[in-house]
Amino acid sequence: MSDLEAAVAAGVLGADEAHRALLQATVEVARAIYGAKAASVFLLDEEADELVFEAVAGEGEGELIGMRFPADTGIAGWVLTTRQPLIVDDLSADTRWSRTAAESTGYVPKSMMAVPLLVEERALGVLNVLDRPEESRVRLSEVDLLGLFANQAAIALDLLQRARRAREALAGEGRLAPLARVAGRLEEDERDAALELLRALDRLLAETT
Amino acid sequence: MSAAIELHEHEEEEDLPAWSLPAEAVDRIRVPVTLPDQVTREWAWGGSTGAGVRVCILDSGIELDHPLVGRVDHSVAVLRDEEGELHVVEDDEGDLCGHGTACAGVVRSLAPDCELTSVRVLGAGYKGGGETMLRGLAWAIEQEFPVVNMSLSTTRTKYVERLHELADRAYFKRVLLVASAHNMPVESFPWRFASVISVGSHEETDGLTFYYNPTPPVEFFGRGLDLDVAWLGGGTLRCTGNSFATPHIAGICALILGKHPDLTPFQLKSVLYQTASNAKGAAA
Repeated sequence: MSDLEAAVAAGVLGADEAHRALLQATVEVARAIYGAKAASVFLLDEEADELVFEAVAGEGEGELIGMRFPADTGIAGWVLTTRQPLIVDDLSADTRWSRTAAESTGYVPKSMMAVPLLVEERALGVLNVLDRPEESRVRLSEVDLLGLFANQAAIALDLLQRARRAREALAGEGRLAPLARVAGRLEEDERDAALELLRALDRLLAETT
Repeated sequence: MSAAIELHEHEEEEDLPAWSLPAEAVDRIRVPVTLPDQVTREWAWGGSTGAGVRVCILDSGIELDHPLVGRVDHSVAVLRDEEGELHVVEDDEGDLCGHGTACAGVVRSLAPDCELTSVRVLGAGYKGGGETMLRGLAWAIEQEFPVVNMSLSTTRTKYVERLHELADRAYFKRVLLVASAHNMPVESFPWRFASVISVGSHEETDGLTFYYNPTPPVEFFGRGLDLDVAWLGGGTLRCTGNSFATPHIAGICALILGKHPDLTPFQLKSVLYQTASNAKGAAA
């Protein structure tokens, strides 16, 4: 890897980690506020049409990251399709719920709150809160609160995806990878000359467009 | 199908002036229903069971023979053929997820004798929902249902213009669209349009309690918290959300239209305001 590639990758990688930490903090706070057994975030992988665990707090923490389900699976799939939050107190009675998917995570919840992560017109994923204390009756203000967490998680998820796209563009077969490689190969004195050439090209383009 | 093209066909009311009012036409304008000085709940729907009112549920279908829903008069679905064209076809699939059955059950609980029609535009794993919803809504307006329950919305702005045209077309054809507000603070449609009745939730437990909100976009609040609604398999499910507040208002509209079938959407909205729990007509 060239110096430049390494430098950019380190920057992007750092951003990736910071955004992941932000996402993790969001699910941890959501779990704590609701006194829930677990909270998690699914990212929608549009290309694969799958939901991927990106952050988990509580039950399944540290084990489920990266696990995938078809995008129309269960409550999260419904929430993603309708772009509406959903609160289900008795999952076993709800035909939208997928027990099989829940069992494959090693934790089968009784109740769930799920909310879509929306950025502008895009639905990026779903925030889930599993098993609040049974005696706590849902109030409309809790639904509003869930919406606020969803906004925060959506921003973190958006940043994470942008950082990943930037890294992909610079690495291997990515769109900007040749530029990074060329710049990286040059010796220091050659690099100044190359940069001057690029600046001249930039000025030329600015004048002609 | 092109909803946009269909929308430009104007259908004028018989005999009535459409664009201007010549002096000799003044006497030809008849307002079929005039509201009393004090609109009360008794005047609005006292004795009504919603009989004769056709209510359309634009949703995930309605389960047939559900004890809390009863008779479903007609069921259609919007389906895509092999060429990708959308068609409205007769449907015997019932409900694929329960949401439409829940809405139908709420309407039925308030207006026991109304007629129910299901237009299935949503289901488990359904894709391309926006176009499907538009086609289903266009069909419901063509059929001139007096009340259409829409416990769904789209966040995609590419549909906004066509949806807006459809909502206005409905309003002028005396098709009342009762639409769920989004449960999150996001822009979605059609509930944000002034030509529909938009519904959010309150936390009380009486189905006939509803509030007028003088600071829209949400204009009315209906019962939407902790409801045991009809669900698949003849059962019930405890649910919360504007999806279930909306059919409460749709059911009340069916009651009102059962007694006053000639009310226009404009008049009906006024009656709703005057009989809302925070207005003086509610007490009587």
